[in-house]
Amino acid sequence: MFTNHDAELATINSVNTKNPFIALFKKDLLLEIRQQYTLYGILLYIASTIFVLNLAMGSPDDKVWNGLFWIIQLFICVNAVAKSFLQESRGRMLYFYTIAGAPHFILAKLLFNAVLMMAMSIISMLLFALLLGNPLVHIGSFLLLVCLGGISLSLVFTFLAAIAARAQQNAALMAIMGFPLIIPQVLLLMKISNIAFGAVQSGLWSLMGLLLLLDLLVVVLAWILFPFLWKD
Amino acid sequence: MLMRASWWKIIGVLLLLYTFSWGFFVPVPHIGNLYETIRNLFFHVPMWFTQLTLISISLYYAIKFLRNPQPQYDLYSNAFAQVGILFGMLGLVTGAIWANYTWGSPWNNDPKQLGAAIALLIYLAYFVLRNSMTDLDKRSRVAAVYNIFAYFIYVPMIMILPRLTESLHPGGKGVEGNPGLNGADLDPAMRLVFWPAVIGWILLGVWISTLVIRYKNLEEQKINA
Repeated sequence: MFTNHDAELATINSVNTKNPFIALFKKDLLLEIRQQYTLYGILLYIASTIFVLNLAMGSPDDKVWNGLFWIIQLFICVNAVAKSFLQESRGRMLYFYTIAGAPHFILAKLLFNAVLMMAMSIISMLLFALLLGNPLVHIGSFLLLVCLGGISLSLVFTFLAAIAARAQQNAALMAIMGFPLIIPQVLLLMKISNIAFGAVQSGLWSLMGLLLLLDLLVVVLAWILFPFLWKD
Repeated sequence: MLMRASWWKIIGVLLLLYTFSWGFFVPVPHIGNLYETIRNLFFHVPMWFTQLTLISISLYYAIKFLRNPQPQYDLYSNAFAQVGILFGMLGLVTGAIWANYTWGSPWNNDPKQLGAAIALLIYLAYFVLRNSMTDLDKRSRVAAVYNIFAYFIYVPMIMILPRLTESLHPGGKGVEGNPGLNGADLDPAMRLVFWPAVIGWILLGVWISTLVIRYKNLEEQKINA
């Protein structure tokens, strides 16, 4: 029987040989596939939240749909990302630190959570359309925005998860720290996503550019600050 | 040591005395429905200048702490953030009173009000984060990291927010605001009070922060003695 532990060892050892960034990313991916309960946990979280919304709201109008969608993404993100640093034990952290270095480690986490959150956002968009009605006119552009939005949210919360894990705190602290900081992204996303409801949007590309610039800023900040966070 | 020097404190007090006296006597232009409330400019707006200055100093010491972990830097960073929050609250209150009489209600979801409220939430979260840790060294480091991260997201945010929501403030999107109250074409007589007021309030803010720092140092000495 190939246990989780074996899988980890196999991937951890490959950190030495290959590009550490890719190896660390693969390690997270493998862990997620093998420890499926966390993945199913988030999926169930998404499904039950949206089901409750369905019971409470039926099919809301465009504006409410849009607002609810992004707020639900926020909560999904907090839950999906919160555990990403808590699962690493202290000793293993030290090991990664010595063989791969902190910048590789945080970049791998950022990438992994971005991919995870992107998948979760797409799933919740499908469930929203299924359970709360589908007011979308331009589904393609909304899908693109959902991917981008999932990535934006995951980047900020990944770094906050690192801080919260360091402070040995739970998801509540992440929400306290993160909600004020995520406001520009969420407002931008809500504003841009109006276009998918058929509204004419002026200056769309500058808003998109702003969102991408914010993402870049978060990645750079995380890359610079993370080594200080984990130094002991 | 500059912190203990008294000349800048005297300048600050003199500038504020000037603000509190001439600020009420200076002839002001009558614009729209502002009437005499325009004098609030000397009190409300400098609060934001002071808050931004203080949290920038807090950021400076957070960076300094990460480069060279001295407990003193962390103390400075924390104290400046605390007093910065105090001025942020004062700014919100003075703004809400002004808005109540000129815009009709104390809270208008104006981007600048939102920015101020977000700053409050960010720094209150900073204090919660600090107090959640007992290990002093770790606390200082994690708090400094959050301080820097939050600051560099907050500053772009207050530049982006006005582009997303309509503003009642002068120079805002959507409404013309109050012409004549723009920073660029402020009434010359008022400008002579406004900028001294800004400097006076900033000096007062820094002074209060240094007092907080000295108080905390004494407290620590007493514990260690």
